[in-house]
Amino acid sequence: MAILVFVESADGKIKKTSLEAVAYAHAMGDKVTAIALGTIDKAELTAVGKYGASKVLTVSDERLNQGVIRAYAAVLAQAIQAESADTLVLANSSLGTPVAASVAVKIGASLASNVVGLPDTSSGFVVKQSIYTGKAFAMVEMKNQKKVIGIKKNAVELKEVGGDATVSDFTANLTDADFGTKITATEKATGDILLPEAEIVVSGGRGMKGPEHWGILEDLAKTLGAATGCSKPVSDIGWRPHHEHVGQTGVKVAPQLYIAVGISGAIQHLAGVNSSKYIVVINKDPEAPFFKAADYGIVGDAFTVVPKLTDAIKASK
Amino acid sequence: MKILVCISHVPDTTSKINFVENNTKFDTAGVQFIIGPYDDYALARAIELKETLSATVTVLNVGLAETEPTIRKALAIGADDAIRVNAVPTDSFFVATQIAEHAKGYDLILMGRESIDYNSGVVHSMVGELLGLPSVSPVMKLDLEGTTVKMQREIEGGKESLEATLPLIAGCQEPIAEWKIPNMRGIMSARTKPLTVVDPKAVDAPVNFQKYELPPPKGAVKMISEDNVAELVTLLKNEAKVL
Ligand SMILES: Cc1cc2nc3c(=O)[nH]c(=O)nc-3n(C[C@H](O)[C@H](O)[C@H](O)COP(=O)(O)OP(=O)(O)OC[C@H]3O[C@@H](n4cnc5c(N)ncnc54)[C@H](O)[C@@H]3O)c2cc1C
Ligand SMILES: Nc1ncnc2c1ncn2[C@@H]1O[C@H](COP(=O)(O)O)[C@@H](O)[C@H]1O
Repeated sequence: MAILVFVESADGKIKKTSLEAVAYAHAMGDKVTAIALGTIDKAELTAVGKYGASKVLTVSDERLNQGVIRAYAAVLAQAIQAESADTLVLANSSLGTPVAASVAVKIGASLASNVVGLPDTSSGFVVKQSIYTGKAFAMVEMKNQKKVIGIKKNAVELKEVGGDATVSDFTANLTDADFGTKITATEKATGDILLPEAEIVVSGGRGMKGPEHWGILEDLAKTLGAATGCSKPVSDIGWRPHHEHVGQTGVKVAPQLYIAVGISGAIQHLAGVNSSKYIVVINKDPEAPFFKAADYGIVGDAFTVVPKLTDAIKASK
Repeated sequence: MKILVCISHVPDTTSKINFVENNTKFDTAGVQFIIGPYDDYALARAIELKETLSATVTVLNVGLAETEPTIRKALAIGADDAIRVNAVPTDSFFVATQIAEHAKGYDLILMGRESIDYNSGVVHSMVGELLGLPSVSPVMKLDLEGTTVKMQREIEGGKESLEATLPLIAGCQEPIAEWKIPNMRGIMSARTKPLTVVDPKAVDAPVNFQKYELPPPKGAVKMISEDNVAELVTLLKNEAKVL
C-alpha cells in the first residue's frame, strides 16, 4: 500500500519537519508519494525525492496559497483515494495538526498525533505518542485500516536515500464550503529563525530584569544561529511578543540545545522544553529548580555570563 | 446567541505524572484536577461575550461523575448550565463524536487549543468535520460583528487574521481573555444551576491506548564555573556535539 505525505512549505521552501515526515514514511517501507499545496518552486519539489518520495503531487490552485484547514483536508482526502494510499503522514504544526484531524474524520482513519517513533507492527500497528506535554509517552494501537500519523519534530533522522522525485499535477474538486474561513492578513517574522523549528533556542526569564536587556541574548542567539524564546511572565508583561513564550501554555520546543537564562524552571516552563536534546541553565541562584532538568549549568549573573559565553563561542569558531 | 464551551478535566499543571497497574492506568493519587488551562481561556472569552451580547453559555464535558466539581467550577465562573456526557473520554474521536451530538443549534462552539493530558489539539477540527462547520485554532483573539467572526490565529513565528461567519468552532489560547476566578456569589449559584447528565453515543474506537511509559531519568547536571565559560563551549562541541 502507498503512503501519502503532506509537505508544508514556508517562504517557498519545503519545511524541514515535512522532510522528516517524508523520511518517516520512507522508513515505514512502502511506496511514498508527497503532496504539496499552493505555489512552490519546482526544484524544491523534486528535491523531496532525496528523502524517499518517488513522486510529488502539486495542486496549483491560488486559493490554496494560504492554509485553509478544511480545503486542505478535502484535497488530501481526494489524493489519498486517487493514489490508493491507506496512510497519510505529516508533521504536527499549527496547520498540519488540524488538517490531520479533519482528514481522519473524512476517510474514517485512526489518528495519532505527536508520534515520536516508527510503528511497531509485530502485533497490530502501534505507535509511540508523546503525551502530558512531553512528561510521558503512550503506546497507541491504530486499529482502522486507514491511518493518519502526525509526527513530532526530530522523530526521525534526516538521511538522503534517493534522487529526484517526479512532479505531477493533481486536480481536486473544491467547493465554496471548503473555504469557510477567509485569511485576511498574515504577520510573520521573516528572515528570523522560527522558534518552534529552531535547532538552538536562547530563552530569557524574569531574571533578565527588563526588555532593554534582551540585546545580550540576541547577540548570543545570533552567534549561535538560534531563535529567541522567553518565559510566560516575560510575555505577559509585554517584554517580548506572545509567540516567543515557551512552556505548557506556550510553544513547545524540541531543539538540539536550549539555553535558559534567568528562568527559574517552573514545572509549566519545563513542560515546553523537556523534548530538548541538551539544556544549559544560567541562573544566579544555585537552588533554581531548572538546574535539576539541565545537562550543563552555570551559577552566575546573566549580565556577565552571557556576554562571556558569546565571546567564547566566537573565539572557538 | 448560544455559546457552547467544551471543557476537559485534567491534572493540574504542576502534577507529577505516574502510571499504575503495570503502566496501563494514570495514577490519580494526590493529583488535583482542573479545567484545562486553554479551555479556561475559552470559558473566560465566552463569559465576556455573554456580558456584552445577550448570550447564554453552556459547558459540556465528556467524563464520569468525578468531573462534576470541575463542571461546577465552570458554572461558578459564569456559565448558565451544563451537560455531562457520562463516559470515559477514551480518545479524541470518541469525544468529538459526543460533542458533535450536542453542539447542533449553538452559534459559537469554543474549546481550548489542546487538552493538556493528550495534547492532541484535534477535537475541535474533528467536530468541525463532523458538523461541516469551519474550525479555527489556536485563536488568540475573537470578536463578533453581527454574524461575522473576526479572529487572530497563532502560526509558527507570527499570526494570521481570519474571518468567518457563524456558526463556528474555535480552539482558544491566551491572550483571548484573562482567566476568571469564581466569586462567592458565583459559587453559591453554581450549586443550583442545571447540570444534565446524558448517555454517550456508541462509537467504534479507532485507537486503543495500550500502555504508558515515562521518559528515562535525566543524568546529573554538570556545573561549570562562571570564570571558565570556555569549558562550556568545549563540552557543547565535543561532548554534546550540538555546536
Ligand atoms: C496554569 C499555568 C500555566 C503556566 N504556563 C507557563 C508556560 O507555559 N511557560 C512559562 O514559562 N511559565 C508558565 N507558567 C508560570 C510559571 O509557573 C512560572 O511562574 C514562570 O515560568 C516563572 O518565570 P521566570 O522563571 O521567568 O520568573 P521567576 O520565577 O521570577 O524566575 C526568575 C529567575 O531568574 C533568576 N535571576 C534573577 N536575576 C538574575 C540574574 N541577574 N542573572 C541570572 N539569573 C537571575 C532568579 O534566580 C530566578 O530563578 C504557568 C503557570 C500556570 C499557573
Ligand atoms: N473530555 C472532554 N470533554 C469536553 N471537551 C473536551 C474533552 N476533551 C477535550 N475537549 C475539548 O477539546 C479541546 C482539544 O482537545 P485535544 O484534541 O484532546 O487536545 C480541549 O481543549 C477541550 O476544549
